[in-house]
Parts: sequence; C-alpha cells; structure tokens
Amino acid sequence: MRCYRAHVLVCAGSACVTLGCHPVKEAILEGIKRHRLEEEIKVVETGCMGFCEQGPLIVVYPEGVMYCRVQAEDAAVIVSEHLLKGRVVERLLYRDTDTNKPIPFMKDQPSLSKQIKVAMRNAGFINPEDIEEYIANEGYFALAKVLSGMSPEAVINEIKDSGLRGRGGAGFLTGSKWEFTNKAQGAQKYVVCNGDEGVPGVFMDRSILEGDPHSVIEAMAIAGYAIGADQGYVYVRAEYPLAVEKLRHAINQAREYGFLGYNILGTGFSFELNIRVGAGAFVCGEETALLASIEGRRGTPKPRPPFPANKGLWGAPTLINNVETLASIPPIILKGSDWYASMGTEKSKGTKVFALTGRIKRPGLIEVPMGMPLREIIYDIGGGVLNNKKLKAVLAGGPVGGFIPADYLDVSMDYESVAELGTLIGSGSLSVIDEDTCVVDLVKFFMEFSCEESCGKCTPCREGLKRMLEILTRVTEGKGQERDIEDLERLSDFIKNTALCGLGQAAPSPVLSMLRYFRPEFEAHIRDKHCPASVCAALLDSPCQSA
Amino acid sequence: MKKIKSVNELVKFKEIVLEKIKERQYGGKTTIVVRMGTCGIAAGARDVMMAMIDEMDKRNISGVIITQAGCAGICDHEPMLEVIKPGNPQVIYGDLDEEKVRRIVVDHVINGQVVEDWVLGQKAS
Repeated sequence: MRCYRAHVLVCAGSACVTLGCHPVKEAILEGIKRHRLEEEIKVVETGCMGFCEQGPLIVVYPEGVMYCRVQAEDAAVIVSEHLLKGRVVERLLYRDTDTNKPIPFMKDQPSLSKQIKVAMRNAGFINPEDIEEYIANEGYFALAKVLSGMSPEAVINEIKDSGLRGRGGAGFLTGSKWEFTNKAQGAQKYVVCNGDEGVPGVFMDRSILEGDPHSVIEAMAIAGYAIGADQGYVYVRAEYPLAVEKLRHAINQAREYGFLGYNILGTGFSFELNIRVGAGAFVCGEETALLASIEGRRGTPKPRPPFPANKGLWGAPTLINNVETLASIPPIILKGSDWYASMGTEKSKGTKVFALTGRIKRPGLIEVPMGMPLREIIYDIGGGVLNNKKLKAVLAGGPVGGFIPADYLDVSMDYESVAELGTLIGSGSLSVIDEDTCVVDLVKFFMEFSCEESCGKCTPCREGLKRMLEILTRVTEGKGQERDIEDLERLSDFIKNTALCGLGQAAPSPVLSMLRYFRPEFEAHIRDKHCPASVCAALLDSPCQSA
Repeated sequence: MKKIKSVNELVKFKEIVLEKIKERQYGGKTTIVVRMGTCGIAAGARDVMMAMIDEMDKRNISGVIITQAGCAGICDHEPMLEVIKPGNPQVIYGDLDEEKVRRIVVDHVINGQVVEDWVLGQKAS
C-alpha cells in the first residue's frame, strides 16, 4: 500500500458541497500537481465533519490542522505554504468566538471538548466511498463477531443491555423492538432503515448516510441476523441526493466485498439490501406511512396495533430503526453493552446527536452523552447566543416539540427530564431563540408546517390544525380575541387525544408549550395588541417605536 | 478486489488497509519531520522526502508518520530531518542526501540504532 506523508481531508457533506467544496478540492489537486506533490500527498473526500457553518472545511493530517471557509483561491496558498513548506496558514484557521485567537488543530476545537462520537465516529474522518477505510477503522468487525460466535438471542440481549433507545424520536428500547420482531411468526421478515429525516433543522441522519454509509449497512445486516431477516430496505428522502448516491455506492461495494449477498463471510447467513427513495413527505417518517410508501402506496399512516414488528412490510414482521440508532449498533457489539450503558443517565443510555441551530455562535452537529445539562450544550459546546444576546428559550424537537425556557437551562438532556418540561428529545433538534424572537410568530410558523405536512387522512389533524393556524394568524395580526387561548387549549387537547398518528398527536405541542411558558407574551398580543419582541408587523405603529 | 470469504480473511485484510488511514490517527507513533523551509528545499529536501517515502514503501513499514516543518534556523546544514520515537530523545540529522536517508530508515527507524555520524544534536522529548 502506498505511503503518503500527508492526507488532505475535504469535507463533502451537503452543506460544504453547497458552499463550494468541490472547486476547492480541484484547486488543491491542481496546486499539488503544480508543485509535483502527487506522490506524497493524498486528497480524500469525507462526509460531514459537523462544523457546517464554517465550511468549506479542510483538515490536513498528520498534524490535524483545520482550515475554515476555504475558497478556491485560498487553496493555492494552503498548498504552497502548508503542504510544501509546512507552514500553517493562519488566516484560514478557526478563531475562537470570544478571544479571536486562532485554533490550529481540529482536536483543540472548543466544541469538540465535551463530545463523544459513537454514531458519528467515522463521519468526516474516512472516505465514505472507500469501504477499505471503513474496514481499517474496524468496519464490518461487529458483523464478523456476530456471525462467527453469537446467537441471535445473544445479539438482542447485548442491544437490550446497552439501553439503546430509538433515536428517531419516540425513544423506544431498540433491543425490545428487535426481540418482538425476532419472536414474531413469519417465513419472511424485513429490516427497514428509516432515513426519512423530515424535521426542519436536523440533519444527523443525512450526515451519517453521506459520511459513513457502511455503518448503517453493517448494522442492518446485524439486525437481519438477530431477527431472522434476509432482506432490508433503506428508505431515504429524495431531498437527500448525495446521501442516496453515497449509500448506493456503499451497498455495491459491500456486495463486491462479500458483506451483503449470499453466504456472508462463509457463515451461511445471507442478506440483501435495497434503497427506496421517498418523495419527501414529513408523514412518511411515521413508520406505518413509511411502509405504505415502500409498498408503492400513498404514504398515509394506519392505526397501530398491529405493530410493524408483527405485521409490517407486505404483512410480514418488520423491524424499523432510524439511521442514527443503527449507526450506534456496531460499536455496541464491539465494545460491549457495559461500555455503552456507562454513558448517559439511568434510563437514557449512551450518546445522542443534536443539531444545534438558530441564534447560536457555533451551530452544527454534536454528539454528547445523554444527560448533559442543556447549559453545557449551549454555552460550552455551542459557544453561547449569537451577538451575546439574551437567551429566551431553546426549542427542542422542532415543529412537533416544545420550548425549554432560559430558566430551565440546567435540565438534564435525557428522555425523561425533557418530557417533564412538556417537550421531547425527538430526533435531536435544538434551536436557540433569543430575545428578538416572537414565540407567537414562531409557533405560527410551525403550525403552517404541520398543516402543510398533514396527510389529511384523519379529521382532527386535517381540520383541527387549520383552525389552530387561523387563530394564531389572527393573533399575530392584532385581531386576537379573549377566548382564543381557551379555544387553542381545547383544540390542542382534542387533537392530541384523537389524531391517528404521531405527527398529528404531536403537532399541537408547540402551542401548548407556548401557553405554558410564554402566556404573558401571548396575552399581550391579544389584550394590548402589542408584540413584546417587535416581530409581528401588524402590531407595530411605526418602526422607530421598537428601535 | 476478491470477496472476503471468512472472518480470518477480514482480520488479515484490515491489517493491510489500516495503512490507508494511519496518517489520521494520533499518538504513540514514530514521527519523522523533514525540514522544508525555502533553504531546505533549495538544498534538496524534496529529494530527501521522496527517498524517505520510497524507502518506507519498499520496506512496507507501518505506524510511522512522515511530516514536515519549516526552517530550523541552521540553514547551513540542510537538508535536515528529525526522528522522534516515543520515549526516546529527538534526534536531529543534518547534511543529508538520498542515500543517507535510506540508511537512516534502516538503521534508526527500523532497528533503533542512531546513525551517530550525521547527528547534529539530540534533545529530550
């Protein structure tokens, strides 16, 4: 194998591609050619490194120097200075948001200090299009371990003992799900990966599929062995073309190397995997709607039970796991359930990926042990609120979640503690809201989203959400009435209890959360026709009043 | 690429492909720093670097990182390089050429014998 003295890693996650990483990569290759360094330096495209706001990103190993916001014209300087002469290009380094000091090494990034990467262990570190780099980092060793010496029951127990819970939102114990599907009767069973990541602002599943597709493939094969399935489907939304492309390439490579197909590693176990591309409906992230979509029918939910574990895809027992959940499986098998369970809280084990967005200094994807106080996530990892504004709240769970107000910032980020505050960990969206954000306006925005994404099958969701949106719109236009609060509460309660699927049941959550924590602000809109955050334009007499 | 047909084959294959990412892993490895300032390059540091990589390749040495640094201020003795083995003093070699580098790889990097004749200095790591 050829020895290179340096590796230049170019982040090619969707965000960096949008920001123009490909011209940068071309420019670096050209510079390397000009200085005749082809024999010494290798350029590698990787998946998302998690610092999306700083893209296009480049990391030069072995030193591990990270360059931010690199443009094509900067590439020549990186080649002639760093790669040729070993001098770090200071002006392209990341600078600390408070002290403005350059931080040359990736490992010293302040946002990385409290992170533990499990599901995201390979993203941004290996070339997702090269299965050999995945193998070099212990890839497919978990599958080998499972196939060569563990019974399906032992695998299920390992996952159960780890305490891993579904990372897609519901937080159901993964091991129990595997056990149900294993025990279900059926000649044919299926493993399905839910890659229909639809909550606005979250992108960890995309990042994993783009940056480390083999970890999902390996986990699905392990799941297939555990439940007795020889066929799997990955359901990815059409809005993720890069993820689909990388996944397709990875599946072909896995087949070629013998990790998919007939008689894997000579153990007699066979497993096939296919991709289904969804047309991008939020409701298709709901498991019964997702299955309908794979079957080629319209993506609408069905009442449960029967659960997919008993009657899923084409009526056969089906295991559905989310991308992030699956990506955590191989390390659990290799390092053991004790290791995984040693992280997190009593009931919420392991690590969770969060997407930090909104008014925050260092937005991006982070992976932390569950139970970390929200304050540490926002201030130590995220660097605090943008422009040093006052934090108003953190919105957890996106349009189907709720607020965690600034007063509750010490909440432990685990499923139970967050649920007590009336919101949810969900798929891991954390949007920071500062004092300039009007919660009524924001909640109205989410209600628009839910109305648009409602599939229309059940009346409470189809009609109820529309009525709620009408009320919210009225309030932001200064036409609110005294009874609107009561009506919203009644409608929320009704929809929560009667909607058919999780989407409808959760859609009123932001409204309830707003009424719980920001009632005075809402009342001000109705009674005083005043928007305290100066956002709702109809309530402003003149711009200078809110200056 | 042929199919990997057994767990043993996978274990062996990993040892081979490990080379692909070793440059990106930190810690506990022998590091060779070639001085690549303008002075170094002018004196032939590029040839030294290439000979170093070539020799490593030929002898199939793994777990060694080759990197570079700027001028050390002793331009007179370029091309220079340093060999840093974990737990050992850092050895600085000077006035190198391709042949000398190849011997440093064999004697020092592989066998741990410092080639005293060309040592400019040593410093505790």
